[in-house]
Amino acid sequence: MLRPITLPLALMLTAAPVLAQETPAPAPTAAPPAPTEPRETIEGTLSQDRTVIAVPALATPAVTTVAGLRTDSLGRQIAEVIAADLERSGLYAPLGPGSVRAITMPEVTAPRFADWQARDAENVVHGFVRTNSTGGLIVGCYLYDTQLGSELVRQGFEIQPSDWRRAAHKCADAIYSRLSGEAPFFDSRVAYIAESGPKGNRIKRLAIMDSDGGNHRFITNGQALAISPRFSPDYKKIVYVSYLDDRVRVFIYDVDGKTQKLVTESRNATFAPRWSPDGTQILYSMAIGGNTDIYRISANGGTPVRLTNNPGIDVGGSFSPDGKKIVFESDRSGGQQIYTMNIDGSNQQRISFGGGRYATPEWSPRGDLIAFTKMSGDFRIGVMTPSGGGERLLTNDWQDEAPTWSPNGRVLQFFRTTRGATGKSSLWQVDLTGVNMRRLQTPQDGSDPSWGPVLP
Amino acid sequence: MTIRKTTAMIAAIAMLAVGACSKKAPEVLPPNPDGIDDGSGGNTGGNTVIPGSQQDFLNNVSSDRIFFGFDQYNVDAEDQATLASQAQWLQRNSAVRVLLEGHADERGTRDYNIALGERRANAAKNYLASLGVDPSRIEVISYGKERPAELGSTEEAYAKNRRAVTVVIQR
Repeated sequence: MLRPITLPLALMLTAAPVLAQETPAPAPTAAPPAPTEPRETIEGTLSQDRTVIAVPALATPAVTTVAGLRTDSLGRQIAEVIAADLERSGLYAPLGPGSVRAITMPEVTAPRFADWQARDAENVVHGFVRTNSTGGLIVGCYLYDTQLGSELVRQGFEIQPSDWRRAAHKCADAIYSRLSGEAPFFDSRVAYIAESGPKGNRIKRLAIMDSDGGNHRFITNGQALAISPRFSPDYKKIVYVSYLDDRVRVFIYDVDGKTQKLVTESRNATFAPRWSPDGTQILYSMAIGGNTDIYRISANGGTPVRLTNNPGIDVGGSFSPDGKKIVFESDRSGGQQIYTMNIDGSNQQRISFGGGRYATPEWSPRGDLIAFTKMSGDFRIGVMTPSGGGERLLTNDWQDEAPTWSPNGRVLQFFRTTRGATGKSSLWQVDLTGVNMRRLQTPQDGSDPSWGPVLP
Repeated sequence: MTIRKTTAMIAAIAMLAVGACSKKAPEVLPPNPDGIDDGSGGNTGGNTVIPGSQQDFLNNVSSDRIFFGFDQYNVDAEDQATLASQAQWLQRNSAVRVLLEGHADERGTRDYNIALGERRANAAKNYLASLGVDPSRIEVISYGKERPAELGSTEEAYAKNRRAVTVVIQR
């Protein structure tokens, strides 16, 4: 539960009474910042010209505890999540709560701009955390331009204490959107496959997490191989392939109910499932007598519609955001290539002609690009337009595979496999420039990421 | 002279065959899908091999697996000989059902490799059927690239992983 609220201009009116006394701020510069939690080891590359944003710990009008969480500790943790989000976007160089002084409650609406200019910060994030009367939290989030001395963002959220990370992501999203002009994407979730065990007998478990790796949760126990998950657009279900009972079948898992059902009853192998953008339809691939074609079925079951009918392998598929077209892969021309078709299967057209093989096409939520895996020697992640033009490769490693789009269509996650008998797979993230590339931290090895939409 | 030469050639062929056999036994055995016993656990030493068991199958066929070229699923002459030996055993053990596992090497994308493994397993199944094995006795599953037999990232390992493996289904 997260509810946006309107923040009054003068915070003092709503702050706890202790604030009315205008307690003098502790000498801010005298106290060195407390050491922050050890940051994750960053693997990847970053662009050089990034905007410096100071993100001090959020203030609290009074230290109170709710659900075992102290508001002052939360103020610091929320700032750390905001700073990590902004850093991961590749556009910003945040100065997190571990490297800048804390702020007082009055500063939240009256920043000392000179202090932040002195730290070469072009922007500064201020905010507060307090408890409300119903066991919840109120989080305020402000963004200022330090040179102009002006307020750019003001957002407030009323949340359950357990959802505090979402308030941080929403704040980071508001900052990112205001400064970049792009749609938000931090407050979103990822389904993926957690991997462990030896290469010849990998244990593969369905798992979910926030877009930054927070709130991680394993879904399946690993007894049956699980692969290729996709979150439904409302995050209530996950469609994926399980090798349960030594068969290859698509299941729909109910996240809250913790139950699963088959997408369709068939003696044939069903795999490579995908949701339509409105969540009412599911694409899947089915092999009959060794020949794989693509089918579409209502998420509630019913009679499947066969979309391809071809002796080649037709597999995968991804809907355009308007739900009118599907991009898929086929080896009907000899090797894997990318094709588009209407959702009834008509008008099948090849769009990839760049040499090498192309696989795992994914239509951007913005509609402007299709991401894919290109296999020409090594496996690389690339993008092209829906008509096949403007191909650009974004990664260059031994085996990068299966891109999935951020909700705003500016960032891709994929998985990277290293070679050899001890080869591992891990989740990575790259933006459309190809410059900002990051490894995502997961409790185990990871593959098959699937990024869902921004939470409401 | 002629006889001696022939004997020498037979000996050489036998050695080659032995070499090929030992080469085909992977150092790390592929894992068994649940419920399928490869019989290797209960038939060591001088124990009697149970007729119709996985061990009996392995003892009487030239190989439990056939191999494919990159992105290929055609059954070549060597594969045909292997499958013919499997078909003979299956004719003698007409109550036995088998699972044909299709596999791919790691140099392919996940979903496509499942489709490719389906092609390979079905190619093997169809060839066994063409030799008179009732296709209803043959189940098929594709593991794509999920269960490599050889763990290296070399062309040699890939060649051994592009395979269709026949496994006896234990009742």
